[in-house]
Amino acid sequence: MKRELEAAAIALLASVAIGSVLIMLYGQSPAHVWWQMIARTFSSEYNVGQVLFKATGLVLTGLGVAIALDAGLFNIGAEGQMVAGLVACACTGTALPAGTPAVIAIPACALAAAAAGGAVGALIGGLRVWRNANEVITSIMLNEIVAAVALAIASRYIFANGTTTGLPIAPGAEMPDLGMAGSAANGALVLALLLAAALWWLRARTTWGQALRTVGADAEAARSVGLGVGRVRVLAMTASGALCGLAAVNFVLGDRHAYEQSAGAGTGFFGLAVALLGRQHPAGIVASALVLGLLTSGGLVVNDLIPKDLTTLLVGVVVLAITCASAFVRRTGG
Amino acid sequence: MIDFAAAVITGAVPLALAAMCGAITERAGVIDLALEAKLLFGAFAAAAVALATGSPWLGLLGGMAAGMAVALAQLGCALWLYADQVIVGVGLNILALGGTRYLLALLYHEGANSPELQSTFPPIAGNPIVWLAVAAAIAVPLALARTRWGLRLRAAGDRPDALVAVGVAPRRARLAAALVGGALAGAGGAQLSLSVYGFVADMSGGRGYIALAMVILSGWRPGYAALASVGLAIANQLAHKLEMWVDVLIVRELAHLLPYVLTLLVLAIWGSRRPPPASLGKP
Repeated sequence: MKRELEAAAIALLASVAIGSVLIMLYGQSPAHVWWQMIARTFSSEYNVGQVLFKATGLVLTGLGVAIALDAGLFNIGAEGQMVAGLVACACTGTALPAGTPAVIAIPACALAAAAAGGAVGALIGGLRVWRNANEVITSIMLNEIVAAVALAIASRYIFANGTTTGLPIAPGAEMPDLGMAGSAANGALVLALLLAAALWWLRARTTWGQALRTVGADAEAARSVGLGVGRVRVLAMTASGALCGLAAVNFVLGDRHAYEQSAGAGTGFFGLAVALLGRQHPAGIVASALVLGLLTSGGLVVNDLIPKDLTTLLVGVVVLAITCASAFVRRTGG
Repeated sequence: MIDFAAAVITGAVPLALAAMCGAITERAGVIDLALEAKLLFGAFAAAAVALATGSPWLGLLGGMAAGMAVALAQLGCALWLYADQVIVGVGLNILALGGTRYLLALLYHEGANSPELQSTFPPIAGNPIVWLAVAAAIAVPLALARTRWGLRLRAAGDRPDALVAVGVAPRRARLAAALVGGALAGAGGAQLSLSVYGFVADMSGGRGYIALAMVILSGWRPGYAALASVGLAIANQLAHKLEMWVDVLIVRELAHLLPYVLTLLVLAIWGSRRPPPASLGKP
């Protein structure tokens, strides 16, 4: 733990240094920009809410990528699974009668999102286990396929009157917001944290979690102690897809209350970084999601001073700095 | 027919160059998830240099240099600092996404496009990037099989201890591989921006990931990875024709899935047969 903190401190210093140079190149004072980013974010309940909203999606896709990594599979298809979830969630939401109570409507939409993402995940897992098809290729192909199918379904059934937005979902399916000054932070945050806790328990305290990690660490050893390696892998990929699909709850039920083209775009890809940075540990994932959420939202609040894309660049720098620093500390820390 | 061939070539060149980069780098034992970053920075640098100097040739060199710079950063993190190679790739891709947009704002005060290029290469026969891709598709597999560079590269990926035993540092062989790969992928990026008279934000559009899929599909063989890229470009153009000719809504909407569904079917039927390089991902 101490070494992890050391690594985080080194990475933070390096990232701030690089960020400062880039801010100076843009003709601004680094101290002023950094201070404004922090001050404006934390002095406004709305901005804190936006950080939590961004982090919510990242926790869900991050947990999804992590559970697959635990089983030794690289789920680069998180984005596609999330998009599948978005479509299923929105379609269910609009199909429900207007009077459906929330206790039925929200779980129904969430289950649809999880099922759609899980189906894509299961297909990737199944192809890997039964057809020996490399999951990286199938995931990348399915990202493209899901995006195109989603667009086809949306333009035929969802988009209203030539826009790229669908009809609103049933009022009962709207996820209550957290009441943070009109920000998009919503009840999906609670869902994400509960799932993180559940996953922690599953990984650390159950034989299922042990089996999952044994398969990931050494498939041969797992097979020799009688674990069904294939079955574990398919289940892990299905769960991974379902978690990525659940990110739709944050965007469709929690924020837009309708299907919207490219809602939450990139959350799946950034989820890869979140899972890897958090070392697949649920607490690490929540922490990384908050850092990445803070940076992405921080770019918007100082958009008048620097181009907001500078913070996307910084997310990349932070990812590189943390992984380099933790490798460095592990090697030299003894 | 000529239009069709031209469109196939235009689509295949960036993909094939990136795929060859991935194949070389991974054969040397380094996981190459950073293809998207190499394409994107290559595209930006090519446009920026061509804009500044008025010469597409210097633009191409700038693109190749940018690809090599990304490869250098990647190996610096992965081999000298021992960072996880998958995370390094993901980080570089995110960095390129934000970095090229930051540079657009810094240099041109634009959010999404560079200014328009005044002169660029002629489309197909007169385009040196096309010929570079063809030459690389022939030369790289030969060099891999027949030269000292190729032998050391393959040893670095499969048996780095054997390389150490004959007094060659695996890192150096990997660096030699990744720099050649970076130059190729950077040239692929240059093709993206030079062929449309300027840089557009996110113009790599996931091609780096598709190229990685072609690398794995080809069994980490650069010649076959280039061929698979051409195959994908042909399927893409066929799908495009299908969209225009067949006046059925569902066909038009789903036609451009053809290449990806075909790839998926190929995998579902044959599976991935060739194993990855034995020391892939181990610094």
